[in-house]
Amino acid sequence: MRYAETGYNLEIDLTRKNIEKVATDPRDTELYLGGLGTSAKVLWDRVTPEIKPFSEENLLIFSAGLLCGTPAVGCNRTIVSTISPQTELMAYSMMGGFFAPELKYAGYDKVIIRGKSKKLVYLWIHNDKVEIRDASHLKGKGTVETAELIKKEINDPKAHVAAIGLAGENKVYYASVEQGRSSASRGGIGAVMGDKGLKAIVVRGKKDINIARPGEYIELCDEVLNYIKFREENPIQGVPPILAGLGSPQEMKIHDEKWHTENFTWGNARERRKDFWTEEVAAKWSESMDKVQTRLLSCYNCPMQCGASINVPGISTYMMKCYSKLTYTMAAFSDLDFGFKIVQRATEYGVDGFTTPQVMAFALELYEAGILTDKDMPGMPSDSEGRFYWLLDKIVNREGIGDILANGTYWAAKKIGNGAQAYAHNNIKKHEQLPLKLGMLHPLYFVMYCTGEKMNITQIEGNFPQSPFATQEDKEAFVKDWFQVPDDKFKQYLLDWEMRGEKSIPNYPTPQMTSEIVDWQERMHYIDDSLGMCAGLSSFPLKPPYHMHNYPKFISAATGMDMDEDKLTQAARRNRTLIRAFNIRRGMSRKDEKPPEDHWRKRFPELEKELLDTYYAFRGWNEDGVPTKEYLHELDMDYVSQDLEQRGLLK
Amino acid sequence: MVEDVIEKKTVKVIKVDVDKCIGCRACELVCSAFHAEPKYSSTNPAKARIRLIMDEFNDIYIPLYAGEYTDAECNGRNVYTIDGKTYDECTFCRASCPSRDFFKDPDSGLPLKCDMCLDDPPLEEPLCVQACRCDALTYEEVEQEEEKEESPDEMETGLQSLVKKHGTKKVMESLARISKEAD
Ligand code: SF4
Ligand code: SF4
Ligand code: SF4
Repeated sequence: MRYAETGYNLEIDLTRKNIEKVATDPRDTELYLGGLGTSAKVLWDRVTPEIKPFSEENLLIFSAGLLCGTPAVGCNRTIVSTISPQTELMAYSMMGGFFAPELKYAGYDKVIIRGKSKKLVYLWIHNDKVEIRDASHLKGKGTVETAELIKKEINDPKAHVAAIGLAGENKVYYASVEQGRSSASRGGIGAVMGDKGLKAIVVRGKKDINIARPGEYIELCDEVLNYIKFREENPIQGVPPILAGLGSPQEMKIHDEKWHTENFTWGNARERRKDFWTEEVAAKWSESMDKVQTRLLSCYNCPMQCGASINVPGISTYMMKCYSKLTYTMAAFSDLDFGFKIVQRATEYGVDGFTTPQVMAFALELYEAGILTDKDMPGMPSDSEGRFYWLLDKIVNREGIGDILANGTYWAAKKIGNGAQAYAHNNIKKHEQLPLKLGMLHPLYFVMYCTGEKMNITQIEGNFPQSPFATQEDKEAFVKDWFQVPDDKFKQYLLDWEMRGEKSIPNYPTPQMTSEIVDWQERMHYIDDSLGMCAGLSSFPLKPPYHMHNYPKFISAATGMDMDEDKLTQAARRNRTLIRAFNIRRGMSRKDEKPPEDHWRKRFPELEKELLDTYYAFRGWNEDGVPTKEYLHELDMDYVSQDLEQRGLLK
Repeated sequence: MVEDVIEKKTVKVIKVDVDKCIGCRACELVCSAFHAEPKYSSTNPAKARIRLIMDEFNDIYIPLYAGEYTDAECNGRNVYTIDGKTYDECTFCRASCPSRDFFKDPDSGLPLKCDMCLDDPPLEEPLCVQACRCDALTYEEVEQEEEKEESPDEMETGLQSLVKKHGTKKVMESLARISKEAD
């Protein structure tokens, strides 16, 4: 018997309309755990570098994590992976909600989709019964609307639906896959789904997931729940409210937005408004929040309530999570009333809440600069909010200028030319980043931004504080019960870290320390993404309930595999390296590893070089960022070095 | 004629406050784990004796406990309208009933009923209440005077439903065969 996992993948060929249930190799679980790790292995084996995002051979994988469906609190992530149309590298995006556990209960760890259907279809997975069904009546329908219609059609209110909207159907490069209160948004996964002619995947499961050592496992789960409670009663002192608690983060509960609105930039990621958060704004925004929120909501088996149902009078109900409440508001220099309204339309269309507002603000900057003119924007309203709605509709329908903007700022700027490239200033590897413009280079963030394979800083950063605490007492108070550190040396790094002087950024943490801290943070993310754990309870917040010390116990008790901290570290590094190798094989190299040019005002080319060199060496990569033969051997991945050697990428 | 016996009895009450529910389905998960054999060895919310009726876009979140098994479906049907959306009466019914697959073990088809997490030694609180961290479910014990009433235990309920479905003869034959195989 297989424990924690089902041991089966579902292989769907949309061209041939073929459906197959395939048993997986338990040895892959030992090496790559599951979720992102085993998906990366499938992509490595089957998606060679010639395959383009919109090739028939490109795979689109919906994967549950190894521990999804077990009682582990907050373990509900679906990891969706494919080739991104925007970056042409591996895209992977996680969504919470209910889909992954339901897939496991249906008897599958992954759904692997290849080929293309000529007609729009949806996939209905109901335990052993799997059908490819006609979806022509759902063409052009919103994601929420689609889910509701399908549930009625199959007459099962407990089914879970992951769907694309018009943006995905029209292959907008930043189209998302939406699922109730969650979405897989980054990297244009929705566009690949649309290209495959797949409107939705619907799943309902009624089978058992088995636990190898039940007594032990349930005790570990209880410990986690108790620690969550403890952390709720003991928020971290000396940090802004949004960083003090657990969750992903708690944008629906927290009304104090001083930190985001004053530190993050407005418009096309340029303008910082350092005195924005006045009492007046606070009162008005609180009122806006209270007016539209009808209920706080959680994902499957989690008490954190990071989502909410939003009910704006006159438009239909939708569910919001996290930061999208602010991205449109800030890009349009508007307020929350506007934000709550436009997100409803964006959710129905199915677009990424980070990239979309940025693209629209970028277009408006080009218009103000005269690079785009009235000829490009016929009929565009004159007010900022009206313009955002107008642009959103154009983009999603790929109409006129919208067709160009639908490829994201990098590709759009290239196409528009005439100096437009200078306005696409907030990308890494062709992908839009958080709207941040800061002063002094931060060594940790420099390395994470440059080398992060996830392209999105919130999916790389985490357990180590973003900045030093102001006083020695604060530091000592923080490290006192910081048992999550994988090694006590990290406590010392934090104790010594100063706001100013010799031991402050950019020189401290030193390149060596930086590599170690980044390694720890990444390790946690790669483990989460393989287990299906929500980052909000693990890799993302300070002092989380899941960490390097209890994770091996969770994995052992659930699967029966023999796991310890070293082995787990090795597995996480293996996954991280496999994805790196996959991207190297697709042409990524050191030259791509740089932050947006104006992300920090103060830059230090020599230090930056040293930071990258040190991190690469620490990682077991050569100076081009390619994993070395020796390191690959250590990780049982000779097959990767052979392939890279054959392609002349490794000598 | 036998007199009805009036007894003092502790009644276990789970209170449901639907306004506090956050839709996490932890109650379903943990109930299924608790009733697995051996305990906690598997999870499967379809086997839970509590079921969250969730209609997200109409803000309906109702944790429903599995009630009695009924061998015949109701004669009539009512229709509920909540916030302009209509629901079949069966949507909110607690019974394990032949007309639908609610509250039936998906493997055996046997009816499921909430047993308040009967355990030895008894739990302080039923598991679903423990799992519900936002007080949508709370537990109370109240003293009540009650007429004593024999209620069939779970196995009997299960057998009754089988008899209803397949007839006494077939069930007896199967039982005889199974017990022979087991010997
Ligand atoms: S912490 Fe928040 S986002 Fe994460 S699983 Fe729980 S409710 Fe979902
Ligand atoms: S009281 Fe126990 S048996 Fe009843 S629904 Fe709750 S967990 Fe299940
Ligand atoms: S555990 Fe509580 S909050 Fe969660 S679904 Fe059940 S009743 Fe609702």
